[in-house]
Amino acid sequence: MDFDALISGLDRHTLDGITRGSIYALVALGYTMVYGVMKLINFAHSEVFMVGTWTVLGVYTVLGATAGMGVGAVVGTTVLALLAAMLASAGTALAVERIAYRPLRRKGAPPLIFLITGIGCSLVLVETFGQVLKAFFGPPFGRVTVNVPSVIETKVVFTIPGLDLPVTNTRLLIIIGAIVMMVALDTFVNKSRLGRGVRAVAQDPDTASLMGVNQERVIMLVFVLGGAMAGVAALLFTIQYDITKFDIGFIIGIKAFTAAVLGGIGNLRGALVGGLLLGVVEVYASQIWDSSWTDVTAFIVLVLVLMFRPTGLLGESLGKARA
Amino acid sequence: MSQISEALRGLRLGNRWDSAPKWVRSVGLLLFIAFAFYLPFLNILPFAYIRTDLNPTGSDWASVLFLIVVYMIAAVGLNVVIGFAGLLDLGYVGFYALGAYSVALFGSPSSPVVEAIQSRFGLSDEWAVPFVMCIPIAIAMALTAGVILGAPTLRLRGDYLAIVTLGFGEIIRITARNLDPITGGAAGITQVPVPPGPEIDGRSFFNTIDAERWYWLALVILILIVWLASRLEHSRVGRAWLAIREDEDAAAVMGVAGFKFKLWAFAIGASVGGLAGLLFGSKQQYVEPNAFMLNLSFLFVAMVVIGGSGNIVGVLVGAFLLTYLPERFRELQEWRPFAFGLALVLVMVLRPQGLVPSRRRAAEIEDRRHEAEEAAADA
Repeated sequence: MDFDALISGLDRHTLDGITRGSIYALVALGYTMVYGVMKLINFAHSEVFMVGTWTVLGVYTVLGATAGMGVGAVVGTTVLALLAAMLASAGTALAVERIAYRPLRRKGAPPLIFLITGIGCSLVLVETFGQVLKAFFGPPFGRVTVNVPSVIETKVVFTIPGLDLPVTNTRLLIIIGAIVMMVALDTFVNKSRLGRGVRAVAQDPDTASLMGVNQERVIMLVFVLGGAMAGVAALLFTIQYDITKFDIGFIIGIKAFTAAVLGGIGNLRGALVGGLLLGVVEVYASQIWDSSWTDVTAFIVLVLVLMFRPTGLLGESLGKARA
Repeated sequence: MSQISEALRGLRLGNRWDSAPKWVRSVGLLLFIAFAFYLPFLNILPFAYIRTDLNPTGSDWASVLFLIVVYMIAAVGLNVVIGFAGLLDLGYVGFYALGAYSVALFGSPSSPVVEAIQSRFGLSDEWAVPFVMCIPIAIAMALTAGVILGAPTLRLRGDYLAIVTLGFGEIIRITARNLDPITGGAAGITQVPVPPGPEIDGRSFFNTIDAERWYWLALVILILIVWLASRLEHSRVGRAWLAIREDEDAAAVMGVAGFKFKLWAFAIGASVGGLAGLLFGSKQQYVEPNAFMLNLSFLFVAMVVIGGSGNIVGVLVGAFLLTYLPERFRELQEWRPFAFGLALVLVMVLRPQGLVPSRRRAAEIEDRRHEAEEAAADA
């Protein structure tokens, strides 16, 4: 145990944790929205994120993006990569819904079966990037870590006065980007007509359909929105960590799900709180113990939260969130 | 697909079997078991084509049979959790790993735990906990872990349980990898003890060459476990599980203590998983963390649900298919996870009750389908 390392760099570690947590929070939105509406953990959501990271890499490769381009080119490729990742992730999420969940909904299968088809889809997606695409296209697909070019060069933008803490442009982009997306989504769900439909189905599917809400469309919308958020998270992730891998979604998915439960699954704002908190706790833990234990921290936090507060910190459902 | 299942239904194998006189069933079962014991030496064409060692690169047939039976034991154990009690446990590999590590940690003279005991009590370098004593230790460790994990989480909804158990499986593996001073870290533990037996041809009875002896041992344990599990299914506890699986609230109203029975299912499943892991570790005589990746958990779940969750025969079929096929077609082995994923989705979407469904469970799913159709018709 090494508390000195933690205390001496507390400000730096906190910033690190918030960066990490912003990405968790964005991915967590996908879990929390699907759970809120369908009472189902979408096991394939982590792979929706993974597809996003590969799409970013793909766009960079096609456009020949590298480090050290002009400002215009950097902004252009980043925006294109963002849009492509959002589209690809939303499309993947929608496909998962179509293939793995919709037929079962029609058959009225028990919840266990949904989880299992979700796991099946997750495996198929992971293996598609780890094995199938390699067979057709060769590397970079396969079971190795692939570098994503760091298009945005990391520079210190400003230093937080008093703390003497340098803030880089990438961190700033990640934190602000994540928060903007979350606020946008929150506003959409709370203010728009479609968002009202989502909340109605989350609260009471039968009554909502009596009131003329098309449940199938709401479910599709939820998968598309959650997928798009995972796409944003994928871009931000590649900006910060510059890598992707066929199974990169697994551990992020677990963390994001933990974040969603921590904040209160089904609650959009809870996802933000849970994500940031988990990110910070993780970085602190990796300082106190050893970075090889980081992944265990999330699981232990999850078990502890479920033991003492099964509904999470802001435990309420999407349906009950401010009508 | 539907035509095949229609054709299978036409045969009504299950019904014929059930309506056969008792002596026919007993003789049939005994013949089947005798055949299972003979399998390692199977050499009559065309049946011998099922062997996995036909070409030089193939794997040792008796070892494959052993692995199939070990996975069958694990699948029967997991079936108690998933099939009987309806709890999705995605961290079953954790219990399997605990079983393997228990026998390694306490039974191997080179394990850090045994070395610590040796120096503490001034024992010789050869000393270790005897294999027979390792069995209760392994079962106890897995059982305790099951209770520790289940007690806080089994009060929650099923989906939470899935994630928490998933986390548990990873915690066990990461701990085994990182706790070098106790578990030997990534290098693992060697000299895992084997069951006692008379020496034949200068080798101990259970050795790395004569794998068929391991297979027979595992088969005996499997038969015992299957017998226990089927007794359990039709006991009062089994009926309580059924009630909880179908409707926990209704069961609670009828006086079934949901939490208690779920914990029972979890603990029983865990100890069987530990036993399977013990057999695996002992046959390998070597235990290392990478043998217990999470994929193995998904594999166990796949065996249970593809075969037919809740039906022991179905689960055995599932375990056989998913272990045997990749070994028989080794050249396709790297496609195994992909095939699993695809099979999971296809089988579950087309046949939510599994390949060899439990009749009761199939009836329940059929019932729900009608309800869903009626609801759709109303709306």
